[in-house]
Amino acid sequence: MTVLVIAEHNNSELNAATLAAITAATQLNDAVNLLIAGSACLSVAEAAARVQGVSRVLLADAPPYEHQLAENVAPLVVRQAEGHTHLLMPATTNGKNLMPRVAALLGVAQISDIIAIKSTDCFQRPIYAGNVIATVQSKDSLKVVTVRATAFEPAIAEGGNAMIDQVEASGDLGLCRWERDVVTESTRPDLTQAEVVVSGGRGLGSAENFQMLEERADKLGAAIGASRAAVDEGFVSNDLQVGQTGKVVAPKLYIAVGISGAIQHLPGMKESKVIVAVNKDEDAPIFQIADYGIVGDLFDILPALSAELDRSVN
Amino acid sequence: MKVLVTVKRVVDYNVKVRPNGDGSDVEIANAKMSMNPFDEIPVEEAVRMKEAGMATEAVAISLGEAACQDVVRTALAMGMDRGVLVETDARLEPLTVAKLLAAIVKREQFDLVILGKQAIDDDSNQTGQMLAALLGWPQGTFASHVVVDDDRVQVTRETDTGSQTLSFKLPGVVTSDLRLNEPRYVKLPNIMKAKKKPLEKITPVELDVDISTHLEIIAVAEPTQRSGGIKVSDAKELVEKLRNEARVI
Repeated sequence: MTVLVIAEHNNSELNAATLAAITAATQLNDAVNLLIAGSACLSVAEAAARVQGVSRVLLADAPPYEHQLAENVAPLVVRQAEGHTHLLMPATTNGKNLMPRVAALLGVAQISDIIAIKSTDCFQRPIYAGNVIATVQSKDSLKVVTVRATAFEPAIAEGGNAMIDQVEASGDLGLCRWERDVVTESTRPDLTQAEVVVSGGRGLGSAENFQMLEERADKLGAAIGASRAAVDEGFVSNDLQVGQTGKVVAPKLYIAVGISGAIQHLPGMKESKVIVAVNKDEDAPIFQIADYGIVGDLFDILPALSAELDRSVN
Repeated sequence: MKVLVTVKRVVDYNVKVRPNGDGSDVEIANAKMSMNPFDEIPVEEAVRMKEAGMATEAVAISLGEAACQDVVRTALAMGMDRGVLVETDARLEPLTVAKLLAAIVKREQFDLVILGKQAIDDDSNQTGQMLAALLGWPQGTFASHVVVDDDRVQVTRETDTGSQTLSFKLPGVVTSDLRLNEPRYVKLPNIMKAKKKPLEKITPVELDVDISTHLEIIAVAEPTQRSGGIKVSDAKELVEKLRNEARVI
């Protein structure tokens, strides 16, 4: 019996979150198949075949899968489920959209956003915004699982040599029509992959001030993140939100600027290696988890920090 | 267009939940309970559809113990027309909730079901997608913008890379993200009026749905705590510490 991982990709590149899901899969079983549903996505399959730990790549390459519509992809996954003990996908927005549909079609439960594997049927996952960790055992013979990417080391992307098998594509069910994607273009590192993340909150006060933060981030080669409050205020776009319902990040260095540390924000970043907080309120909850805190006006501290970084680089 | 909205009764978002003494479950006795914040948004959306003349009827449903009618009443006070409570003391998993909802939808012929994308207690983010699967309906998840045009719905979704817009013909399922709308505050006279609105109670047995569980909660525990660090006086000291002590820059 084998574990099936459903790949997250954009038809040209394999998303790094998939590598974490592959690692989780290898903890369950030595045999790991990787399903790639997409359109004109052979390059993704070729990259996937080189990932260590992947036994076989199943490629369903057809136009109905181009935009990852759950209505079309779910029946494909259900057909491929036979012969597998577990279906895994990273808990990305695509994974969260697709996998419950798959689970319901199969009549089984889903275990969402796992952070550890205890045995083949027992998993740990955060509940209550990560304030509690639940250990959950599944009674289903087939387990549908989404994987929190920051909780598992990425599989090594090169060195593997898996076979690529084409699998039969299903047609377009015609239930749902893709209209458009609006992709936020950025030259900065990907938020979920970056080694350094600089995050801003309501304390920034405006979109213009957020740009100032971005300039500082660029000096560190950092990705930009934001609290929900900053996104709600319209300072930045939604894809930068870190927290319970946004992205979960675990960089080497997380710098929280003007973020008070609401319980909804902390689960998105508290696994970071080193946390720095800049806030004018010395009682802000963020200081309770920060390794280094500076109490003060961020508009004084940021330029000083920037100058210090300049000086120490030169 | 008949609209169904789900409302879940959860521990209030301001309460910090902890494991109970023997670590078998979370300690929620005597905790303040409220409507799941994510569910206020679909209620608001449905009430606006009603006010705009697009929805003919807007119904709020909750599933669980008798006290769940409190959150249904809150939804009625926000402007929903009537309520349904699927009453049971059993622990309900997302798949079971989806099955119960599917039974209600088939019974009453709803055109649109709007759900919050997740509940702040179990953070599962499953029920809407599962309901769509069971009904064979399209799904627009994590919606930040919804436009209903006759029998078509256009849904803009929040994604990891930005946003995606989909459209589908009704019937369908929408799950809301945080920025779909800003829910209204409930006014006192409306709370009084809500008490007079109809609230039907029904059981899983009457709906002929098997509510046995697929998952067992073995244990709950607190996560490893991060201890707070030190305060530094200025940017210079911070950069020095990050470089020489933490060695991250």
